[in-house]
Amino acid sequence: MTQSTDLYQQLIIDHSKKPRNFRKIDDATHMAEGYNPLCGDHLWVYLKVDQEGVIEEVTFEGSGCAISKASASLMTMELKGKSVSYAEQLFQDFHGLLTGQDHHGNTEMMQRLPPKLGIFSTIWQYPARVKCAALSWHAMNGALHPVHQESPSNVAQGPLPSIPKVTTE
Amino acid sequence: MINGFQTKDIQTIRGDFPALQRLVHQKPLVYLDNAATTLKPTPVVKAVSDHYLYGAANIHRGVHHLSEVATEQYEKTRVTVQEFINARDKKEIIFTSGTTGSINLVAHSFGSMLSPGDEVLITGMEHHSNIVPWQLLAARQGVVLKVVPITDDGEIQLETVATMITPKTKLVSLVAISNSLGTINPIEDVIRLAHQRGALVLIDGAQAVAHQAVDVHALGADFYAFSGHKLYGPTGVGVLYGRREILEKMPPFLSGGDMIRSVSFEGTTFAELPAKFEAGTPPIASVIGLGEAIRYVLGHGLKKIENYEQQLLAYGTEELKKVPSLRFIGTAACKAGILGFTLGDIHPHDIGTLVDREGVAIRVGHHCTQPVMKRFGVPATARASLAFYNQEADIDRLVKSLHHVLKVFS
Repeated sequence: MTQSTDLYQQLIIDHSKKPRNFRKIDDATHMAEGYNPLCGDHLWVYLKVDQEGVIEEVTFEGSGCAISKASASLMTMELKGKSVSYAEQLFQDFHGLLTGQDHHGNTEMMQRLPPKLGIFSTIWQYPARVKCAALSWHAMNGALHPVHQESPSNVAQGPLPSIPKVTTE
Repeated sequence: MINGFQTKDIQTIRGDFPALQRLVHQKPLVYLDNAATTLKPTPVVKAVSDHYLYGAANIHRGVHHLSEVATEQYEKTRVTVQEFINARDKKEIIFTSGTTGSINLVAHSFGSMLSPGDEVLITGMEHHSNIVPWQLLAARQGVVLKVVPITDDGEIQLETVATMITPKTKLVSLVAISNSLGTINPIEDVIRLAHQRGALVLIDGAQAVAHQAVDVHALGADFYAFSGHKLYGPTGVGVLYGRREILEKMPPFLSGGDMIRSVSFEGTTFAELPAKFEAGTPPIASVIGLGEAIRYVLGHGLKKIENYEQQLLAYGTEELKKVPSLRFIGTAACKAGILGFTLGDIHPHDIGTLVDREGVAIRVGHHCTQPVMKRFGVPATARASLAFYNQEADIDRLVKSLHHVLKVFS
């Protein structure tokens, strides 16, 4: 066995081949585009949040590598039926996991994380791939907090995106 | 006909590159990312380090000994480059920051002499560095940018080029060897067609100079751009060759120290070539290192390097063909040592990470050629690119690691 199988576990391969909640929500209350221009990972995250702040539905669509698709798929499974404030906390915790904060002993954060997301616990050892795992999460967070509207000066040509665009740069 | 290298020659060459002796993820490194940058041989690093350790003086301004030595080494490299690409005059060699810097110099300086409606012609396989400077020029002054389409094999057709060069075409700018497809373009024919129609030609030689002999005089190129770091030299230095009569008519690009004759608040006159285009303190150590890199390459012989890399390309093509679900992106009849491919529907970034853990370094992504990716309907490709320190065993390791990728995704 090689080290790379630490990251490419069966759960990731399975979710990348058969992503869950892989569709658009036509009556979404929130949505955002996630795009990593360096590798071409490109996806859209849709959420339907009710008046009590509960995420009734969360889905994604798009294309990308196994890591980005599996991460998005697992995210949608975890957030369905949860509150927006839970999503915000999980975003912070997952970000901490990806950047290796747990590796430095922040176990309280690790205890809060759903066990399945632990499969990303070695990704901080693959710096070029952290962005892949983070992309859908940044899109989700951007959809719930659409404040980063891209300024026109950053766009060489073409129309401005009509929905918030989030990159993991 | 000069043959390639023998196995013992390759072992000697590999000994000059300390990086090839190291382990990556506990495995001997297989470096197949030479189109991104080549590894550096010891003599090049020593030349750079010697300058910094024993003679880190500025050039062209000191009268003290260290400055005189640095100036001499810097200017000697200009002659080395001149002879390397067979330019007629050393004043036609401008040191820049790299191929991107060279093309931007032409796009700004030569570009400023163009009028609205004038046309610049590029091809569909250009690196972003030979697309975006022309788009910005088009936006600045109404120049029209036209693009020669590429075939399913990743080639341009001369008939198409001929019809797309119009009386309004002022410049044809194209890549000698495509960095993502490996296509060797028929640049002699394009230059002939362009000159027949009164257009000048810029050749992006970033992928060419380390792999085949270049003779700008025989080619008739008006501009030729390349980088040091893809030629076994340091990063941060490149070359723009330009025909003297054209460079003399062009206005300065960057301005400041070293590029002036005299400065007063009433007006400034500019230095002669090549200083006119070399404002500010240049990357002196990198230029000296580039000179050493050229001597290193010439010491082994570019014809021999080309023959050897062609043999290795043929072997690599045959071996990769046997990998299930592998699709080559870039199947031109005339190719350099660049093997672009996809593997079923496995994303190239997953391929890249998995083979890296086997000690195999390849490039994955769009290779700064997004239009090429779009043309072939893929988000990205994996790319193995060869240098003359590579060997058949490196290809075998790549193939083995690709089988591992297939197994993980099975």
